[in-house]
Amino acid sequence: MTGVAATIATERAGASLAGPSDYLALLKPRVMSLVVFTALATMIVAPGGLHPVLAAAALLCIAVGAGAAGALNQWYDADIDAIMVRTRTRPVPSGRIGRQEALEFGGTLAAFSVFAMVFIVNLTAAVLLAATIAFYVFVYTMWLKRLTVQNIVIGGAAGALPPVIGWAAVTGNAFDTLPWLLFLIIFLWTPPHFWALALAGNEDYARAKVPMLPVVKGSRATRNQIVVYTLLLTAAAMAPYALNLAGPVYGATAALGSVGFIAATVMLWFAPADRERVTALRVFAFSIFYLFALFTALATEALIGLAPGAV
Amino acid sequence: MELTPEEKKKQKQRNWAIAAVLAAFVLLVYVVTVVKLGANIMNRPL
Repeated sequence: MTGVAATIATERAGASLAGPSDYLALLKPRVMSLVVFTALATMIVAPGGLHPVLAAAALLCIAVGAGAAGALNQWYDADIDAIMVRTRTRPVPSGRIGRQEALEFGGTLAAFSVFAMVFIVNLTAAVLLAATIAFYVFVYTMWLKRLTVQNIVIGGAAGALPPVIGWAAVTGNAFDTLPWLLFLIIFLWTPPHFWALALAGNEDYARAKVPMLPVVKGSRATRNQIVVYTLLLTAAAMAPYALNLAGPVYGATAALGSVGFIAATVMLWFAPADRERVTALRVFAFSIFYLFALFTALATEALIGLAPGAV
Repeated sequence: MELTPEEKKKQKQRNWAIAAVLAAFVLLVYVVTVVKLGANIMNRPL
C-alpha cells in the first residue's frame, strides 16, 4: 500500500496502526537529545540557582518544544520525506500517522511546552522557546528549506538557541555573552555537520528537489564550504576560553577537538570521488562527537569548580 | 466499524501511553506546585 493510500485507510475513525513509538518518532528523538544536552550543559554552567525540579521541568519543556517542532516539520515535509530513502519510513510518509494528526500533535505540544515554560520557569525562556519553534517551522521548514542552498545555514539558528533558552531558564536573562557564544558555536557547527550528511546522501536530496549545497553547487564547492565553516567554528569554539568564560578543561577539549575536526574535513577535501561517501560520514560522525565533547567539558568544569566566573 | 485485532492492539497501546503521560503530567504539576510554594505550603489558616 502506498503512503497516501495508507493514510486514507488509517483515517477511518479510531482505526490506526500507529503505536506509541510512532508518536515518539514524530518528535525526532535523536535531534531532541542534542538539543536537551546542550541546554542541560548550559544550565549547569549558568550562574544562580534553579531548583532541580524546576530545572528538570525546564528541560522537559525544551525537549517537548523541540519534539513539537520536529513533528510539525514532518507534517509539512511529508511529501519530501516520502521520496527520500533516509526518511521514507517515518510515521507520516509510511502512512502510520495521518498528516492532519501530525499537525495537531505538533501544534498542541508546541503550545503546551511554551505555556508550561511561562508558568513553571519564566517568560524570557518561554519567549525564546516559542521563537525557536516558530523559526524552525516557519522560517526553515516552510520557507528556506525548499528555496535556497543557505537553508541549513540560516535554519541552523533554531538548533543553536537551546543553550540560550537554558541560560535564560536559570538566570532569567538572555543577554549574557557566554550563551550567545554557545549559540554561535552550534550555528557554525550546523553547516559542516549537515553538508557532510548531504554529501553522503546527495542522490536523496536531488530526487526530492531539496536545494542542498552538494545538489546545487556540487561536491567540490561543498567540501570547500565545509572546511571554511570548520575554521570559523574553531575560532568560535576557542572564544569562551580566550575570553575567560570557560576554563582549561574546556580550552583543551576545544583545541584538540577542533584539530581533529579540521583534520577530518581536510581528509574529506582531498578524498577521491569513490571515498567521498565514507569520508563524509566520518566528518558527520565526528561533528556529533565534537559538539558533545565541547558541552561535556563546559559542564564538567562547572561541576568540579574549575570554571571561571562565567557571565 | 469493527477494528482488526492489530488495530485493537495498537489502540490499547496508545491508550496506555496517554494514561502514562497524563499521570506524569499530574505528578509534575503537583511537584512543581510544592516546590514553588516552598515553606509557604504550610502557611494557611487551619
